[in-house]
Amino acid sequence: MRLRPVGPHALLAEVGDARSALGLALWARTAGLGVLEVVPAAETVLFDGVDDPDRLRERLAGWSGEPPAVSRGPVEVPVTYDGDDLDFVADRWGTDVAGVVERHTATGFVSSFCGFAPGFAYLAGLDEQWAVPRLDTPRSRVPVGAVALAGSWCGVYPTASPGGWRVIGRTDVALWDATRAEPALLAPGTPVRFVRA
Amino acid sequence: MTLHVRNPGPLTTVQDRGRPGLAHLGVPRAGPLDRPAADLANRLLGNDPAAAVLELTLGGLELTSDRGVWVVLTGAPAPVEISGTVRRHAHAEWLAAGDVLRIGRPSSGVRSYLAVAGGVDVEPVLGSRSTDTLAWVGPPRVEAGSALPVGDSEGRPAPHDTPRPPAPGPLRVHPGPRADWFAAGALDALCATAYGVGAASNRIGLRLEGPPLERVRTGELASEGMVLGAVQVPPDGRPVVFLADHPPTGGYPVLAVVEPADLWQCAQLRPGETVRFRRA
Repeated sequence: MRLRPVGPHALLAEVGDARSALGLALWARTAGLGVLEVVPAAETVLFDGVDDPDRLRERLAGWSGEPPAVSRGPVEVPVTYDGDDLDFVADRWGTDVAGVVERHTATGFVSSFCGFAPGFAYLAGLDEQWAVPRLDTPRSRVPVGAVALAGSWCGVYPTASPGGWRVIGRTDVALWDATRAEPALLAPGTPVRFVRA
Repeated sequence: MTLHVRNPGPLTTVQDRGRPGLAHLGVPRAGPLDRPAADLANRLLGNDPAAAVLELTLGGLELTSDRGVWVVLTGAPAPVEISGTVRRHAHAEWLAAGDVLRIGRPSSGVRSYLAVAGGVDVEPVLGSRSTDTLAWVGPPRVEAGSALPVGDSEGRPAPHDTPRPPAPGPLRVHPGPRADWFAAGALDALCATAYGVGAASNRIGLRLEGPPLERVRTGELASEGMVLGAVQVPPDGRPVVFLADHPPTGGYPVLAVVEPADLWQCAQLRPGETVRFRRA
């Protein structure tokens, strides 16, 4: 792990990949590190609101590098597979639409980190060989609930927004609700299964 | 008690201390851009420091109250009028029931803070009454016709100690986590240049215009967590200083981080004005 200072009150931990970042972030949340924010991302974890960066460095040295512990059953997300990019994805994967649905519903995903919008989770689980490129020109409006792929990530749009991911379907599940005790359905560390609606 | 807004001006939002701790869910922290000015407004009325205030962008606010209440305006010095009578900046003033409070356009700066005794008491969202203008978490922006509830207060305001406002100066910067993406001396170049404030600056970021900062690494940086005050440099080489509503993660390298105590100045810089940096 490499630690880079980010101003006087934050440290950025480089751990190389999203799985390690999630593992470190989940450990950090339970370890009582005395920081305000623990923000996992694709290859890093940001620790912000740090009173004593030297002390945090010592504590982080105590992380064993264990993989993320998934402590509960998956959240099921019912999907209607009718997205505009289904044929494109099927073509890339060398299969048909039914083959795309089969692989997507058979994959065990886990939320690695959130970003882009409140409750937008980057879901890991697809093998790198099934990575798909983003749209060259993002759509100006992707509807709420759109289930989409980019690279080997899967994501579900919590609100309507512009977006460049390949849309394969849609769900009625509320990904984000600021009035819930847990506003994000797919907070980092949450296991996810997609099922046919 | 309720404030009735007749005219919100260009942009008025409710702000308290924001909602830190939710960046991992993709939620910006929000909060006042000029924190010392917002704190001063609450102190002058004897409010709880966490009470919500109104953040005005270039003034323009007009409102009435259905009951008498003490009010104060701090930050950018905009003219204050109550039912046609000129009142003072940074001074507790009595707004009687039915009187009209009008805030004009400030002579300098951008953001003024209007506090009311008892605080603006809109329903909190995820523990905060702040409106974030990136994802629009929090109460809606203030509009003509908005009715803003006011919390309870007692008697005349009893101002807390009011320290001298901070003095402006160059923004002090710390080296950022991705300084190695830039040519050697890029931080010195940042500190040697007078940048113009771009017209697209807002609560999300202060956009700067000047000679582009040269990158030595090309390609994409994997998206990573961003801090308040991060000086992010997109491919065009023109830096953006991340302010209260910044996205919690971003994919452009951060060359420097502005000293937190200096960030309030970013709230008051107008498009076309210049800003300088120096090493912390």
